[in-house]
Amino acid sequence: MSFLDDAQVRRNVDRLPIEFDDYGFDRFGLSKKTLIRAYSPMALMYRHYLKVTAFGLENVPAEGRAMVIANHSGGLGADAAMIFTSLLLNDAAPRLGQGMAEYFLTRSPFARPALSKLGHLTGLPEHGEQLLKDERLLVVFPEGARGAGKLYKDRYKLVSFGTGFMRLALKMNAPIIPCAFIGGEESFPQLFHIKWLAKLVGGPFVPVAPQLIYFPLPVACQVYYGSPMHFEGDGSEPDHVIRQYVDEVRHAMERLISIGLDARPQAFMFERMPGPEKERTR
Amino acid sequence: MKILITGISGTLARGVAYRLTRRGHQVIGIDRRPWPDVPEGVEMHQADIRKRPAEDVFRISRPDALIHMATVTHFTTETEERYRINLGGTRKLFEYCHEYGVKQAIFVGRHTVYGATPDSPLYHTEDEPPLAGAAFKELADLVAADLYAGSALWRWPELNTAVLRLCYFLGPSRGGTLAGFLSKSKVPLVLGFDPLYQLMHEWDAEEAITLAVERQLRGVFNVAGPPPVPLSTVCEATGKRAVRFPEPLYPSVLGRFGFPYLPPSAIAHVKYPIVIDNSAFVEATGFEPRYTAKQTMEGFRWN
Repeated sequence: MSFLDDAQVRRNVDRLPIEFDDYGFDRFGLSKKTLIRAYSPMALMYRHYLKVTAFGLENVPAEGRAMVIANHSGGLGADAAMIFTSLLLNDAAPRLGQGMAEYFLTRSPFARPALSKLGHLTGLPEHGEQLLKDERLLVVFPEGARGAGKLYKDRYKLVSFGTGFMRLALKMNAPIIPCAFIGGEESFPQLFHIKWLAKLVGGPFVPVAPQLIYFPLPVACQVYYGSPMHFEGDGSEPDHVIRQYVDEVRHAMERLISIGLDARPQAFMFERMPGPEKERTR
Repeated sequence: MKILITGISGTLARGVAYRLTRRGHQVIGIDRRPWPDVPEGVEMHQADIRKRPAEDVFRISRPDALIHMATVTHFTTETEERYRINLGGTRKLFEYCHEYGVKQAIFVGRHTVYGATPDSPLYHTEDEPPLAGAAFKELADLVAADLYAGSALWRWPELNTAVLRLCYFLGPSRGGTLAGFLSKSKVPLVLGFDPLYQLMHEWDAEEAITLAVERQLRGVFNVAGPPPVPLSTVCEATGKRAVRFPEPLYPSVLGRFGFPYLPPSAIAHVKYPIVIDNSAFVEATGFEPRYTAKQTMEGFRWN
């Protein structure tokens, strides 16, 4: 069935620079079958519903370790899903982005095996090191859940960054690719959070958006990848040095975000933005 | 080399004994259980490791090396007896090693000592503390024995001590913890969880222990073979039916309705993975598993 078995997804999953065993699993429990099943509907959403356009995919290396550092928005994780999809659907060099999952998700039934079969392990520094050592592509949202939960009035303002990703990149000598996701805030504009419910279910936040259901609006989204950044060091630097490096990444992301915001004719855009490859062919 | 194996009647130990005799070593065995068809070249003593006759073996035979495999699990033995054998026995044996000039001691432990918790990383390394006892009290004695054996490294530096933390094994003997869990036609899983299981072929496990003695290994080492596979795949590949139960119901089906028995605190081991990094062992011994996970599981299914 094409809904769960998309031709482009299947083709690109087969081309991933990852070693799979006889049963289609890698050494971290990532499953080929689950990838195809989960990314196929994502690809439909990517193409037809959120109408995502990706810019600068040539900045993502075809193989080898690297870290994509992106802004988080839109409460539902649809932004993350679309970033991962853009990496996989890049026909020039498909990559699997592997995220670091929220602790509360990796304790929950169903979520835990689903996430690990998609390559998203518990957000532990050890996992980051193991994945990079295995030449994988890590996707990190240094704003964490606070970033995903920002309200519509604070849209596209980066909240404070953690420094763990920078220490990891320095220790493992991995290039950093800054990334901006545009449209996430409009597709799920969060008006307020229900704090008591979040406490009850043990999650980080429970947002409320005008559409009232937990599904994004069909706003056209864009992903921008910046050129890779390399930093000197081994991860044992004092905090103020690390902070400085983190701020450099932050500025690169802010630049990408403002480029992205300026490029849109209006905030609530329902038409796909023409991509770089289309401009070239025309 | 003259090698003493304690717990020699166990499934894995017998295989190690065969391997060592075939390679020209002299093997002496101690076990409470008999080994009726003990092969030629193996000197068998039916004795308890904590009793006088065991010490006599050390005194009279003067082995060069000890492979300590006389540990018991909660599947067969009550708590108090387990502490006596696993901790008391291990202590006695290391004291004998020191007293009677044994040069090499290998403690064969389990990778489950790391414990299965939701927030622990995959690929445990040897420098991580073994935490299993906290949530799974039936493993506390084995954790203590593992750490006690490791303490021989500073207690008696002249004795070359190696602690092996072996992952699950499957093989034609159908012995071992995982084979027990897969012994019935149905396997109980916890609904919504599918942990990675790391298993190796019994013959590879025997080879790893043999290599540890021959290479005079020193230190603590994780021993594993091929990369891990999800538990649901283990069930499928070994021809078992995986039956999933919601967590609250899980303890009440254990040991009933044709399901194998597990202590209720073992549930974490069916929810979360225990995966170990064997790179230190591979580097020290050059060990290379001969069987893939697929060969191991399908072999177990059809033999």
